[in-house]
Amino acid sequence: MKKRIVNLYQLKTLNKRSILLPLLLSGFSALAQPQANPNIDNWQLSPAVLGTILLIAIVMMVAVVIIYIRISDYLSGMRKKEDTQNKHLFNEKIIGLNDNEIDNLLEKRKEALNYKLSGNELGGNTNAIDDKGIIAQVTHDPNNPLVDEKKRAKLNLETPEELKKVVIWYVGAAVFWLVFGTAIGQYAGMKLAWPEVDTVSWLSFGRLRPVHTNTVFWGWASFAMVGLAYYVISRTSNTTIYSYKMAWRAWFLMNAAVILGDLCLMMGINNGGGEYREYIWPVMALFAIGLIMTFINFYKTVAKRTVKEIYISNWYLFGALLWTLTIVTIAYQPFFQNGLGETVIQGYYMHQGVGMWFMTFTLGLIYYYLPSTLNKPIYSYSLGVLAFWTQMLFYTLIGTHHFIFSPLPWWLQTIAIVFSAGMFIPVVAGTTNFLMTMRGSRHEISKSYVLPFFLVGVIFYFVGSTQGSLQAFRFTNFVWHFNDFNVAHSHMTMYGIITFILWACIYVLLPKLTGNEPKQFLVGAHFWMAFIGLFAYMISLMTGGTLKGLSWIEGNPFIDSVILMQPYWVWRAIGGSLMFVSHLIFAFNFYVMVRKPITISNDSLSLSNTVNA
Amino acid sequence: MLNLNNNHKNLVLTSLTVYVFLSILIAVIPAYQMDKVQALPSMEPFSEQQLNGLKIYNSENCMACHTQQVRNIEMDKVWGDRPSIPSDYFYSKKRIDIWRQSPSVLGSERTGPDLTNVGKRQSGKEWHLLHLYNPRIVVKESVMPGYPWLFEEKEASQVTDKDVVVAVPANFLKDPNKKIVATQRALDLVSYLTSLKQPTIGEQPASDFIPSTKKENAKAGNGDVPAGLDGAVLYTNTCSACHQADGKGLAGAFPPLAGSPIVNDANPETLIKIILQGYDARAEYGVMPPFSESLSDEEISAIATHERSSWGNSAPAVTADDVKKIREMIESTAKK
Repeated sequence: MKKRIVNLYQLKTLNKRSILLPLLLSGFSALAQPQANPNIDNWQLSPAVLGTILLIAIVMMVAVVIIYIRISDYLSGMRKKEDTQNKHLFNEKIIGLNDNEIDNLLEKRKEALNYKLSGNELGGNTNAIDDKGIIAQVTHDPNNPLVDEKKRAKLNLETPEELKKVVIWYVGAAVFWLVFGTAIGQYAGMKLAWPEVDTVSWLSFGRLRPVHTNTVFWGWASFAMVGLAYYVISRTSNTTIYSYKMAWRAWFLMNAAVILGDLCLMMGINNGGGEYREYIWPVMALFAIGLIMTFINFYKTVAKRTVKEIYISNWYLFGALLWTLTIVTIAYQPFFQNGLGETVIQGYYMHQGVGMWFMTFTLGLIYYYLPSTLNKPIYSYSLGVLAFWTQMLFYTLIGTHHFIFSPLPWWLQTIAIVFSAGMFIPVVAGTTNFLMTMRGSRHEISKSYVLPFFLVGVIFYFVGSTQGSLQAFRFTNFVWHFNDFNVAHSHMTMYGIITFILWACIYVLLPKLTGNEPKQFLVGAHFWMAFIGLFAYMISLMTGGTLKGLSWIEGNPFIDSVILMQPYWVWRAIGGSLMFVSHLIFAFNFYVMVRKPITISNDSLSLSNTVNA
Repeated sequence: MLNLNNNHKNLVLTSLTVYVFLSILIAVIPAYQMDKVQALPSMEPFSEQQLNGLKIYNSENCMACHTQQVRNIEMDKVWGDRPSIPSDYFYSKKRIDIWRQSPSVLGSERTGPDLTNVGKRQSGKEWHLLHLYNPRIVVKESVMPGYPWLFEEKEASQVTDKDVVVAVPANFLKDPNKKIVATQRALDLVSYLTSLKQPTIGEQPASDFIPSTKKENAKAGNGDVPAGLDGAVLYTNTCSACHQADGKGLAGAFPPLAGSPIVNDANPETLIKIILQGYDARAEYGVMPPFSESLSDEEISAIATHERSSWGNSAPAVTADDVKKIREMIESTAKK
């Protein structure tokens, strides 16, 4: 009786669907009942909350490990200092010797130098028995790359000037959008703590929020990804880019989309308020055409490759572009999506936008840039392929987990929850692959300013994705849905994973292209400010969000939950400021890396253009 | 077979085909099904003014902070009498125009309250206008932005009869000599907001939808003030937006309850009547909506008792029976 209406609707849809998914659905319809509030006395001990705490602890541990390595590095530096001091003392001692003593010493030394071994002190004069060829058949070129770490042959492929320019300009646009987009984000976040900062319509919270999200999505991350990918595509196909002209046209179109889209939003022209779908279709069409051009360019380049196999990175890059174009095409269709149809598509779109565009593409970049930094092959090609297909299968089905307990069909919600758990497979496969590739290179972390970025990105890939899966469960939806916890989660992923990995790749590639390295101290400052800022941001919003959810379950007046958030919003603003300052440092580092115009003289041409992969 | 490692055509075609197939299954088909949902018989289409209001709601991106969905879990009961169903969105989620699509009113963040039933919870136009001009006039702790660009500042001499003047307290005015007049856009938005009421579903008593431990608690208690009902909380949720947490009201908009003769009257009849029937007798104040449908006898008695014993007021408690009698009396006169 109680659930009659809801079930009536669901049964109707169930009947139609039952041809497709008979087994799943018969089970799910039994679950379609209203839920009483869960018992929250022991909310801290619920599996999902425990899981999240554990995951955050992992990030903490990584930070501790990095700090440990840095400190031990510092200590060994101190020890070296002591050694040089000892050497000085020794030298002084030698200078203080008189002639007789020196003659004595030199005589002894002469004797020692003239001493020669006869060659057979430990053996006899007969030949060794070597039936199995252990001595005679030593090879330095084994055929087993899985066991033996081999140094990659230096490719010495020339990077054409045009390609350099394309990469630098794409990344340059990305840097601009990062600084602009996060300035907006920081300002909008501060408005929650200080709502009276201004009363300008263009800067009101509702209008600025999508400006922030869309700018960092379509501006920062997209440009950085595509720019970095041009290099990957060309290098792994061992050929030149199909058309540079096309790359430039796409650059202009995508920038135009972000500029026009942001202006529209600030003027109050909003597609419908669906997250990441706030640009109206004429604007988004520009972006989509840019993506189509990028795809054609990548595809044609791979098609004329001079190596036999398509490197795994390119699988991911192709996938990301094709799938994203599919999503955008479906999401912007004008002839359906009335009523909750729009909500179904919105769940699909906003989830795939993140999962298929940013995550898939960035994974593709890791598969090239991580091994190339470490100068060794990826741990397992097959794991990469497994992760590719499971990413496509599971990620696609889970969009509705943003609408748990909503009026959307219950079977959609249940599928989303079940496959959210399935996301463990690609995530674990990917993380294992990257960590195993990094294994044995731990000492490199202290030597490299790039690897900490990779390490944080990879750990966040595991932590952020797993935490997201836990967040899809029904219990966690009571506590965490609709509140600031989600904002923390999206920063954990878009920032912790995507942004950190992109920074790593940029710091790997640009010095190779231009020959200018950034100041290591400033890269370190960038890393630590971004990391600590993100942590402050995350923890404050997660704590505040949890308390907010508990307050709602308790049935306290709504305004209580607004008041209790105040200190957490202030902390978030502090974390956000750290992150923003780190972006300014990053922008400066970018400037240092690209500032020297590459001068071309005849004899330096071959040198400056030779880049080691 | 497909030789995906070496054949780029097969790789691209396979990944695209499988993905499109999955997308159709998980997104396109369900979306088409939801497209076919019909409106409830009790629902009415938006007037032109309300529709304009919805457009402003969309262009200011109110859904960044406000949801419009009552989930089928008990904690959402404060936002509606029943869980939202797909039909509820028949009129509000139609495509806006050729440039913009159906507004995402369901939202994903509740930085502010859910608005599914805001027209019922807060039906006063005056309150909404004040709140839109600067939310902190009526809710001190609010973090919502003000929308002064939906209002005009006018010299007192230029105000005409047609103008809707908003009674903004002097300390919120930039220029205390000027009057704040609502523009048509503000009025449209308010007309949309006050139209947001959960439509009823046939005969089904809506409140049965969600199991409510609150109601059970109320039945278990048997004192004057039912156990489990906190008059202070109910007051905060229902009344304080206008009469304020300190009971002092807002000059020129909402009357004070502290020291009010009606509230302190030994006989609570007038007080209870006003709560049940609403009040619109004094031109200098905003209209108070009736609460006979949204509040139970127990809840009204808890609120009235709280009002009569707070902010320096001291009058005897009100029992649920008192409220019940007056409710019956009103209903019997209405029938005659």
